[in-house]
Amino acid sequence: MADLPDAAACYELLARMALIRRFEEEAGRQYQRARAGGFLHLAIGEEATIVGTTSVMRDEDFLIGTYRTHGHAIARGTEPKRVMAELFGRVDGTSGGRGGSMHIFDAEKRFMGGYGIVGGNLPIAAGIALASQYKGEDAVTVCMFGDGASNTGNFGETMNLAALWKLPVLFLVENNLYGMGTSVERHSAQTDLSKKAEGYGIPGERIDGMDVAEVREGVAEGIRLAREEQRPTLLEAFTYRYRGHSAADPEVYREREEVEEWREKDPIEGFAQRCMEADVLGEREVRQARDAAEEAVKAAVEFAEASPEPPLDTMYENLYAQTEPGGWYAVDERSPEPHRGEDEAQMPDAARELAEAGAAYAGQPSGERPNPATHGDAQEGVEPRVSAEREVDEESEDAPGERAINDGDGD
Amino acid sequence: MAELRMREALRDAMAEEMRRDEAVFVIGEDVAVFEGAFKVTEGLLEEFGERRVRDTPISENTIVGTGVGAAMNGLRPIVELMTVNFSLLALDQIVNHAAAIPYMFNGQAKVPMVIRMPGGGGHQLGPTHSHSFEALYLQVPGLLVACPSTPADGKALLKAAIRDDNPVVFIEHESLYGARGEVPEGDGENGGGPLRFGQAAVRREGSDVTIVGVLKMAHVAESAAGQLAEEHSVEAEVIDPRTLRPLDLDTILASVRKTNRAVIVEEGWPHGGVGANLATLITEQAFDYLDAPVQRVTGADVHMPYSKRLEQAAIPHEEHVVSAALATLEGAR
Repeated sequence: MADLPDAAACYELLARMALIRRFEEEAGRQYQRARAGGFLHLAIGEEATIVGTTSVMRDEDFLIGTYRTHGHAIARGTEPKRVMAELFGRVDGTSGGRGGSMHIFDAEKRFMGGYGIVGGNLPIAAGIALASQYKGEDAVTVCMFGDGASNTGNFGETMNLAALWKLPVLFLVENNLYGMGTSVERHSAQTDLSKKAEGYGIPGERIDGMDVAEVREGVAEGIRLAREEQRPTLLEAFTYRYRGHSAADPEVYREREEVEEWREKDPIEGFAQRCMEADVLGEREVRQARDAAEEAVKAAVEFAEASPEPPLDTMYENLYAQTEPGGWYAVDERSPEPHRGEDEAQMPDAARELAEAGAAYAGQPSGERPNPATHGDAQEGVEPRVSAEREVDEESEDAPGERAINDGDGD
Repeated sequence: MAELRMREALRDAMAEEMRRDEAVFVIGEDVAVFEGAFKVTEGLLEEFGERRVRDTPISENTIVGTGVGAAMNGLRPIVELMTVNFSLLALDQIVNHAAAIPYMFNGQAKVPMVIRMPGGGGHQLGPTHSHSFEALYLQVPGLLVACPSTPADGKALLKAAIRDDNPVVFIEHESLYGARGEVPEGDGENGGGPLRFGQAAVRREGSDVTIVGVLKMAHVAESAAGQLAEEHSVEAEVIDPRTLRPLDLDTILASVRKTNRAVIVEEGWPHGGVGANLATLITEQAFDYLDAPVQRVTGADVHMPYSKRLEQAAIPHEEHVVSAALATLEGAR
């Protein structure tokens, strides 16, 4: 068993994991309230893998992840309130409401996203690492992705390129045993994912992703290899998500007992117990960590609720970096008189009215949304009999903006 | 002024920018030791070394993705894809990532990269090496699209693309690589420097009909305009948009308001093509000035056939442009 760090570090690990757990629970609740929309992928159960990893990274290192990365951003130091505001689609969100749950980003904390395409972040990680090396900087890039991504072409292509070019990158597969609803035995011919490293001549290791101390040890060594020897590693962390793939997951593919079994290995409970048994932390500190998380998440929801919706005339902002604009970059065709998208802030009154008319279809969310997973109506890939949106807002029943709740990706 | 071939002008643009800015580097399949499938990167490895001129494995999506990541972390990659058809293997990184990242992360990250790719028919490269995807990339918000037709423009636009903070799809025409033209030397305001995107070139002035030609079709349009003048006493105004995003719509509209007629010539497919888009924009914004329906001349609606006769029949030529221009003038003369 990996050694515990000192008391202050243990408290920080516990507090950070508790914060992410509480944040994710609240995000799920806010999704039920229809404050958060789209797809919501929660990482409850995976906190040790996340926090163990970020706790041994330097500020200058880069982290890049997938669409299940609220916790990753928070672990890197992004304020929970800004992540919550992004889930709410508000201007104070990490991406100003442009990205949503799947596209969290925080340049300042070197959290490089937040990507909705399975495996899409892998080559980008190689590029970030290449740039650090090219500029003679010390930074290492840590790339986290799911077991499902290890089957994509990007995985093979990027492992090969990173190994060939000796890039300072660590690949960490968060193996939560399911690519969406397909178990690893059913989606990967080689179920020991760490062995996939062999074909590229790089080290591959399996670690217990439920044990934050072990994650720290494994990741620290991977980062050391990347930083000192410019050698990529593939780490496979065994972890588990207690909740469904997304909030719209009926979980027909696994037994309740399996979830219960993993809950017994809960990374936060287990770590708190161990710290108390070793007299590193007392009950008071454990309670303090939970209370702090509770408070931060409560403040996050208040902040997100108070944050305004993005103004409609900012629709085209940040689509292009324009230093010396010439020609038409974007053409806005939402009204009979087309105008340059980049002139949206000065759009004619008629166009503004039409934009408002479109935005009105968003409606005013009210009431609780039934969990399609527990409600038993929804199946992934199957239109539920009663869509969540309809239950939420009957007035918008036939609105063009009606939200699909079926997911179509895998991790 | 020096007379250069297109491939030399493009190479010079890259070399000059690499000398100017350490952040600029080149990656792609066979760009270093082999010096490029079309020899556009000739001499770059020798001058700049393996750190800045990198051969990659055949992994298009990862090559582009690596460029995206490097661009997000402060470099200015020039990615060469061997043909536009191969760029389809990288569409995920081009569309879902390079083009989307600045917007979806609300300006926190920039993707200043150039993705160079040759396309177009004429060399019997058949159905997987010679298509025209200007329209495909033109459709994607967040991308810039350049399509130079002369060595001077090639050099000036590539320099501008490298310096631009947006991801640029830089489409070159396979059969223009050997085309010669005067190219200003140096890097000054009066030539040799970058050409601002979104500035069309009026290749020939005229008052009877406006002909817009893209990439190699700019040359076909110009030569058709010569025929129209000589054989039909029709004065055509020929416009080469040079970049499709941003698009110098104002120059095109001004010309159409003067001539009252428009023909758009492209090598790509007709459905949803560059011409379809431009015809709509002209119709929406200059309908009252039009004296005839806008005409399109496009490549045939098939995959590029190999047979030399079929291939040539699938590509627009001067005769097609002349016939389309005369159609807009029917009854007027």
